[in-house]
Amino acid sequence: MEIEKIDQIIDKHQSDASSLIQVLLEIQSENHWLPKEVLEHVSDRLQVPITRTMHIASFYKAFSLVPKGRNEVHICMGTACHVRGAKRILETVEDFTGIKPGETDVDMKFSLETVNCLGCCALGPVVEINGKTHGKLTVSETSEVLKSYE
Amino acid sequence: MSEIQLEIDGKQVKAKEGDTVLTAAEKAGMKIPKLCHNEKLIPYGGCRLCIVEVESRGASKLVVSCVYPVEENIVVKTRSEKINRIRKTILELLLAHAPASPSLQDLAHEYGADKNRFEKEASFCVHCGLCVRYCAEVKQLNALGFINRGVNKEICFIPHIAEKECSSCMECFPLCPTSYLQAAYVLVKGLTFTPDLTPLNINK
Ligand code: SF4
Ligand code: FES
Ligand code: FES
Repeated sequence: MEIEKIDQIIDKHQSDASSLIQVLLEIQSENHWLPKEVLEHVSDRLQVPITRTMHIASFYKAFSLVPKGRNEVHICMGTACHVRGAKRILETVEDFTGIKPGETDVDMKFSLETVNCLGCCALGPVVEINGKTHGKLTVSETSEVLKSYE
Repeated sequence: MSEIQLEIDGKQVKAKEGDTVLTAAEKAGMKIPKLCHNEKLIPYGGCRLCIVEVESRGASKLVVSCVYPVEENIVVKTRSEKINRIRKTILELLLAHAPASPSLQDLAHEYGADKNRFEKEASFCVHCGLCVRYCAEVKQLNALGFINRGVNKEICFIPHIAEKECSSCMECFPLCPTSYLQAAYVLVKGLTFTPDLTPLNINK
């Protein structure tokens, strides 16, 4: 991610230290992860110690400190989805992509995360890919859905 | 600043407005066990060992004395069966992480805490935050901070700051109740600092 783009985001927030989380969120959504150099640059510009930036970037699950694949898969393991077979959906996705939760495949095609309730339990089991919700999934539908991503 | 009158363990005590119950008790010569508190640092309320019972307007509640401000006419009990039991359990939980910590062992002895009550989970750091807060608040160097959260929370040195600042400071080392801090420093030094191999320094 170019430094100009990051500076734009920071300027938008008037280099205000209390906007740290907001700035990081915007960089995360543009770049899909937060490299070390970016964290250092943000710390410098907002004048927050790097320790605080690291604390926040490692605290919230919304941030990633490692590169993410082109497609971010979030599988719901919440109670409602769990009783409707989320575990089998997870296994299907793991088999299809060859990765476990928290990992990204070598081609940078998929990243996998589990979450605890996406807030649409009636649709369980739910998988969210790049922000799009896929509900009431069966094992075979899951593979079909995954195939449609490049 | 107005003066506040309160009772601690049956004794009438005067305190300044804004003082915490812990400060008031200590000024009056009473001892409350504490782990994460340090006079030089902003109260943190992390370890909960300094818990006491406060009775105000007829209702009694458990509060954390190092962050609880004094109030007019409250009645504080620094020891009771309930408080002792809670402190014992907290100590037992902490001991599962750092069984060899001298300060924990002393308190464990006093409260009859059994260091084998909970399954060992030797992470050594008990998250008191003394090192991190000292570096940030007193030295304002921020050479180390916390990362991650919950059970995965740990201290983390920032190598380039630590390399520049720590060897001439090390003021936080004696604050650590478990020696984990020293271990973490040796690790970051060995893994990230530029080795200094001039003959004179070889045994440093
Ligand atoms: S390393 Fe020691 S001083 Fe620092 S937070 Fe952990 S237990 Fe406390
Ligand atoms: S449990 Fe999956 S959406 Fe609520
Ligand atoms: S000394 Fe009060 S919570 Fe640690």
